[in-house]
Parts: sequence; C-alpha cells; structure tokens
Amino acid sequence: MSAAGSSGRGAPPSELQICHEQGQREVFCGLAAIVWLHRKIQDAFFLVVGSRTCAHLLQSAAGVMIFAEPRFATAVLEDRDLAGMADCNDELDRVVGQLLARRPDIGTLFLVGSCPSEVIKLDLEKAAERLAQAHGGRVRVIAYSGSGLETTFTQGEDTCLVAMVPQLPAAPAGEDSLLVVGALADTVEDQFRRLFDELGIGPVHFLPPRRGSALPPVGAGTRFLLAQPFLGETARALAARGATHLPALYPFGVEGTRAWVLAAARAWGIADERFEAVIAAPVARAERGLAHYREQLAGKRISFLPDAQLEIPVARFLQRECGMQPVEVGVPYLDRSVMADELALVPADVRLTEGQDLERQLDRLRADRPDLTVCGLGLANPLEAEGLRTKWSIELVVAPIHGFDQAGDLAELFARPLIRQARLVA
Amino acid sequence: MQLTVWTYEGPPHIGAMRVAASMEGVHCVLHAPQGDTYADLLFTMIERRPSRPPVTYTTFQARDLGRDTAELFQSTLHATYERFRPRVLLIGETCTAELIQDQPGALAEGMGLPVPVIPLELSAYSRKENWGASETFYWLVRTLLSGRPTERAPRPAGQRPRANLLGPTALGFRCRDDVVEVTRLLEAVGVEINVVAPLGATPEDLLRLPEADFNVCLYPEVGELAAEWLGRQFRQPLVRTVPIGVGATREFLREVARVADIEIDLGRFESRLSWYSRSVDSTYLTGKRVFIFADATHALAAARVASEELGLTVVGLGTYSREFARDLRELAATLGCEALVTDDYLEVEARIAELHPELVLGTQMERHTAKRLGIPCAVISAPVHVQDFPARYAPQMGFEGANCLFDTWVHPLMMGLEEHLLTMFREDFEFHDAAVPSHLGGGDGSKAARPSAAQSTPESTPESTPEQAAPGEPIWSPAAEQELGKIPFFVRGKARRNTQRYARERGLETITVETLYEAKAHFGR
Repeated sequence: MSAAGSSGRGAPPSELQICHEQGQREVFCGLAAIVWLHRKIQDAFFLVVGSRTCAHLLQSAAGVMIFAEPRFATAVLEDRDLAGMADCNDELDRVVGQLLARRPDIGTLFLVGSCPSEVIKLDLEKAAERLAQAHGGRVRVIAYSGSGLETTFTQGEDTCLVAMVPQLPAAPAGEDSLLVVGALADTVEDQFRRLFDELGIGPVHFLPPRRGSALPPVGAGTRFLLAQPFLGETARALAARGATHLPALYPFGVEGTRAWVLAAARAWGIADERFEAVIAAPVARAERGLAHYREQLAGKRISFLPDAQLEIPVARFLQRECGMQPVEVGVPYLDRSVMADELALVPADVRLTEGQDLERQLDRLRADRPDLTVCGLGLANPLEAEGLRTKWSIELVVAPIHGFDQAGDLAELFARPLIRQARLVA
Repeated sequence: MQLTVWTYEGPPHIGAMRVAASMEGVHCVLHAPQGDTYADLLFTMIERRPSRPPVTYTTFQARDLGRDTAELFQSTLHATYERFRPRVLLIGETCTAELIQDQPGALAEGMGLPVPVIPLELSAYSRKENWGASETFYWLVRTLLSGRPTERAPRPAGQRPRANLLGPTALGFRCRDDVVEVTRLLEAVGVEINVVAPLGATPEDLLRLPEADFNVCLYPEVGELAAEWLGRQFRQPLVRTVPIGVGATREFLREVARVADIEIDLGRFESRLSWYSRSVDSTYLTGKRVFIFADATHALAAARVASEELGLTVVGLGTYSREFARDLRELAATLGCEALVTDDYLEVEARIAELHPELVLGTQMERHTAKRLGIPCAVISAPVHVQDFPARYAPQMGFEGANCLFDTWVHPLMMGLEEHLLTMFREDFEFHDAAVPSHLGGGDGSKAARPSAAQSTPESTPESTPEQAAPGEPIWSPAAEQELGKIPFFVRGKARRNTQRYARERGLETITVETLYEAKAHFGR
C-alpha cells in the first residue's frame, strides 16, 4: 500500500455531496468525555457545574464501575442559586473548598460548564482564576464547557484540551518537538513513542498528559499531529501558540497510521528508505492481524449514525482495508480544516450526512438495511430487535484502536457482532 | 449548590419518562437540549429494553437559542404526533428548558391535538425522579378519569374480588418480577388482578381502574399519590403494606383479606427463608451489625427483615425519600438506632464510616462506600445498575422474594467456618485478614479490596485513627495496637471505637492490652 493519504491531500472534495440535516439529535453532550478523560489524567478531578441531569448522565455512563475514590462530581444548582438568593460564585467557592478538603490528592481541577450554567451565564473561567489563587497554587484550576448546547460527545475532549493550551509551558526557543494531540490508550502512546524514537523523531510529548502536573511544552518549534479527528479547536489554539499542524489521515489501520507517521517523518526530514525500514515490521504485523477479519467484513454494507466524529476515518479504514461498503456515513458536525485528507478519500457513492434528524435517518436506515450499523447505545438494542446488527460507537473512544498494532483489533470490533450473529442459534 | 458525587435520584423528567416508557400508547415530548437523550440508554442498556422509549426531545443547541425555541417545540410536537399517533401525550421540560421558559405545556394545549395532552410541571431544581414519576402517574390517572361516575355497585355475591396493582414502573428495582410474584400470590387467595399500572398498561386500561374493588400500592414512592386520589374518587380502599419479607407478606395478605372481605388461610404459605434462618448454619448471623440505606419502601422492609427474620442488629437506617421520613424515623426509634434522611452521598458515607457495620444493605451508591471501607455489601434498592436487572426470576416481594433476600444478603458475608478459623489462626498465607472471603473468589491479588480497618479509615473521620488522635484522646500502646490487630477485621473498627470510648470516659491517657479487654467485658460483643 502506498502513502495514498498524502497524495490525496489538497484535492478539492467538490464533487462530494454532503447532506445537512436538522432535527432530533440522539447524541451525548460533551460531559461524556469525562468518562475517559478522568482515567487518562490521573491526578485530575472533573467538577461539573450543572443540574441533577448532568450528575445523572455521568453516573449512568460511568457508575457501573465501583469507585473507592470517584474522580468526578457535580455541583448541582438549586432553586436558591437560580433565584439569586445565593451568590453562585460564593456557592461554587464553598463547594470547591469542600471538595479539596476531602481530596488532598487532586492536582488539577476542571470546572466543567453545562447547559444550565451556560444559560444562567455563570462565568467559570473567572471562577477558575479566582479559585486557583485562593488555593495558593496547590491545584491548577481549568474551566471548559461540556454542555450539550455547545458540544457533542467527543467535542468535550476538544474543549477540555483547548482550555489546557494556555497553561502549557513555553518550549525552549529553537527546540523542535513533536506533540501528539488526543487522549490515547496508554499502550498505544507507548507504541507511538517507540516508533518515533526509532525514526529519530523527538522529543515527543502527548496532550493530554497522564498527569496534570506534567504538561507538555509548546512553542514555535512544536509540530503536532492530531490523533483524533474531533480536535479542531485544539489545533487552532495550538497554532495560536506558534505550533505547526502536520495534516494527515488519522492513524486508523495501516494506511492511516502510515500516512500519519509519515507526516512527522517528512517534517523531520527522515529519508524514505529509513521510514520504510522502520515501519516494515509493524506494517507486516498489522496486515497479518487484519487478515483474520477481512473475510468476515469484505462485501458487508455498513452505515454510521452520527456520534463520535470518528465516523469518516473509520469508514475509510473499513472500506479500503477491510473491503466493507459504507452506505451512509453520518457525522455530528464536519470541521473541514482537520478532515481534508480524509474527505479526499470518501468515494462519491457514499451518502455523507452532517447533523441529524433522527426519525428520518432511521427511516433511511431501515430502507437500506445494512449488514452493520454503528450507533449509540440509545439505539443499538432497539435496532437489534428490528433485526439490524449494530456496533455501538462509544467503544471506539474507550478501546485502543490507533496505530499499526491495533489495526486488527479495530477490524475485530466490527467483525465481532457479525461473528456473534453467526454463532448464536438459540 | 450541592456537591454531588453520586446522586440517588435522577431529575424529575426521568420519572416522567419512566411512566411513559412503562405504558403503551403514551408518548412524552420533552423540551431539552442536545445530549439529554442519554436517558434513553437507561432503558435500552440498563433495563435492556428492545425498543426505544416513547420519548421525543427537541434537542436544541446554542445556535437555536438565538431563534425561536418555542417554534422548535411546536414543530417537534406536531411531527411526533403525526409519526407515533399516541393516544395520550405528556409534555415536559428538562432542567435547561425550564430556564428558558417557553411554556411548552401551554403551547401544546393551544395546538388542538385530537388526544389528551397532559402538561407536566416538573420543577427540576427542587424535585427529583420519584416525585416526577409520582406526579406524572397521578396526572395521567386524574386527567383520564375526571368526570367519571364515582358510584360503584357493590361486588355481586360469588364474584371474585378484583385489585389494581399500582406503582410498578420501567427502571424500578425488580418491579418486573415483583408484579409476577404478587399476582400469583393474590390469585392463589382468590383475588383477580384488574389493572397493573403504569407498568404494561395502556390509557384504556387506566380507564378501567375504577372497576377494581380495591387498590394495592406496591411502590408508594410512585403510586401512592394516584392511589389515594382513586380512593377518594371511587371509594376504593388501599392496601398499604408492602409485601417484602415473610412477616410483611403475611401482614399484606391479612390486609387483603380484610379489605376484600375474604378468608385467607395463611398456613398454606411458606418461605424457605424462615427455615434457612433457623437452621444452625445461620446462628453466626445473630447480632451482625447492618447498616441500611435505600428508598423508603425498601429501607423499611429491609430493616424489618434484617432484625426480625435474620436476627441481625440494625445499627443505622436511612433513606433518600424525604416524603417518607416520618415512617422511617419511627421504625428507627423502635430499633434503637438513629435515622438518617438525606440525599447527600457524603453524609451517608460518613455515617457508615462512623458506625463500622459488618454488612451494608444499600443502593449502587453504597457499593462505592463499602468498597472503600472494605465492608460486605448487598443491593436492596434503586439506584441500581445493569447487574440488578437480572435475566433470572428475582423478586423482592412475596415468599419467593424472601428466598432471594436471604441468598443475596448472606452471600457477601464471610462464611461461618472461615470466620472462625480466621479468628483462631492469623498468619495463614492464603486465608488472611486482607483477603476477600474465599467463596467470593478474590485470591491473593485482591489484597487491596479489603484493607485492614486502620488503613480503611477514611479521611472524613480522622478521629478514629490513632496516629491522628485528637488532643486529649487516649493513645494506643504498641502492645494494645497489636492486640487489636488480632480481632477480625469486620468487628475491629467497632472494637477500636468502643475501647477509645471506654478509655475516654475513664480519663485514661494510654490504652493498654488490659484496657482493650476491659472495654470488651464492659460492652459485650
């Protein structure tokens, strides 16, 4: 396979038809990103300022795990806060004081905005500044929005990282470094680090870091790769601090990972022979890993309902490397600035939709009857009961799927429901 | 603002959804921001329903706020009616919509839809899930039955009495099987079931509610408001005893017999709980100290089962259902413990840490606390997660329910023989203090799962750790500390507290081995 991703870049995707839809949207709000961010950044605590609905969302999503020490909570607004009987800022200070007294181990506190806190225009950024001062540098306090009004699911990671960018230390002038942006599984991070080491690319940093106390530096010598396609605002914030975006396909499958690593290799002036030599073994392994699942997936029709913003790159991987046929690929929103390479590879016969009108989209889905539908958990079981096989999309953000050595695992995620269907007879 | 680590109840619109999703032919339209559709997966994932709940959301976003969100609501309602053709529409707002005040109820009423449209006032910032369910069910029943004749002819001789079962809902704790068990029980004594609602009912079924001779309210948190209205309106007596536990089930049947004016031979019924609990294997359960926290119905029932049917000692009893605080306080007083009425998870956690029970009977939330403190725990009430919507038949009510209670509550405790041997021999490499009970299959890797009492004492109760003893508190001598370590972990916390109290009351500065045993003699086990 050649570096198709790079050759396709820049081609105007003008012939690509994109339908825009508006109506009921069946998606998570950005608060859901806390479910994985709290595990990635181990000394961080996420305090949502919102309503009981927000608290209920979080515990419904993550509460099946039993926490000895929970790493997120909600400051629930009450009637007296809304009626102006209690000053919201005083109340927030009190709640944060209570939380920090209970949990002296918290290094970074995220104040997470919600729909209610935004509608009543509570200024969390100002509160973050005030609280950071009040607690005398013991904790870093960062505010961002995870509201459903502003953010869709994985966009909550984007707004979180954007808020971290101003806090990143300045990189020493004249030092080149690579920054990998987007929460990755720890093992995947280690694999990428080894690969870049072998290529002689470095130093390599990751955003978000595993600990809030070890923020990566950023500066004019920083070049960054986006590991996730939902980080458009973070890319713009990093660019504003002088860093350079290395556009590429996203590192899913052999083709995507190759193009992604190549973007860094080109930036570091690595010779093609060296690049090919370093990736040869992982590519060969990935091909072997994929071979297990190609047979099950080839020729199968697949539709994506909008959810995590991973739909376009994952559809590209499934089509070009596993032989699946995408029917409809829905995305919650389309940020062309970070999707250009991917869009260039979307075939014209794929129905690409931005936004959602749920009932109509389900009508189309029922008419299409694809072999596999990628959707959220609110829809998966009901669609299964209608005889449609589904793959729940949230797993794409909580399973290691990036890089060469996860190509087989990524394919397996989609093969599994089909294999299961074939196995179950009762 | 309230710092909420875990919330015992969702917002009130979840209660409204539970009622809508329990029924057929009822659709709920919620004015709500994008993202509030997460609630669908409570039904599709936690309860594993094979269909979407009958709920449509307007899912407005920030860009819609600049436009006409009221118009968005009306077009959503119109499209929803056209698509689903429900026989009754419920209209509600979630917390964010309540702030923007589009008055969707009034908007909907002005649209002239050809079916009953019931606007719900859900008060998201002061009320919670069960209240929302209770209100929704009440207004459904009241709206559909208003203006119906209230006089009923007396039951003809020879006709079997008929009862409504009120209160079971989607996402209710074990409602599915409780309904089956109570139905069997009532049919066995010659009572017919008229309507079960809201679970499984249609609007037409609700119209038949007045045909029953009496009502049975299985879940007062949800059903009592409607049941009392029915009682006033149609003179239907109400059976109030909730049949959880052997004693309560017998009492329930006696109440049914009285209300329905029939003879019931209680001798026909048996639960294995009664014999299992009397068998000598259960002797070691006597006086085990249990902490109970749940919704009021399940907390009250559990306290009675624990003390009267299993011989445990209830050391703490609490609920998050404020509406039933009085009942709970009364029972706590007769059990000689202090009632805890709160929806603050941290307060419950602090109370458990303070009391050092040997078993916690609680909700999914108490599992977090119990894990942290290393205390065995069983779930007796919502909120619960997916594992408590089991595939197997698992009622809490009736005689089979009592069998389930026995198994579930005893399971997390260390079994008798292991408990004895652990007390006698303390240096075994496999069976030791820090290991979880061997029948729970923890093995060696689970050391952290059951920290010793000293390590597990949370920061929230620093006074109970010797290192951080407050000024004036007696100091533990190393020998006494070592001796304390020989007491099995599940009673060690209590022994530590009692000894400190004993020393404090006598003004002792140092706790010696003798003090430890004197305190033991003073307090008994």
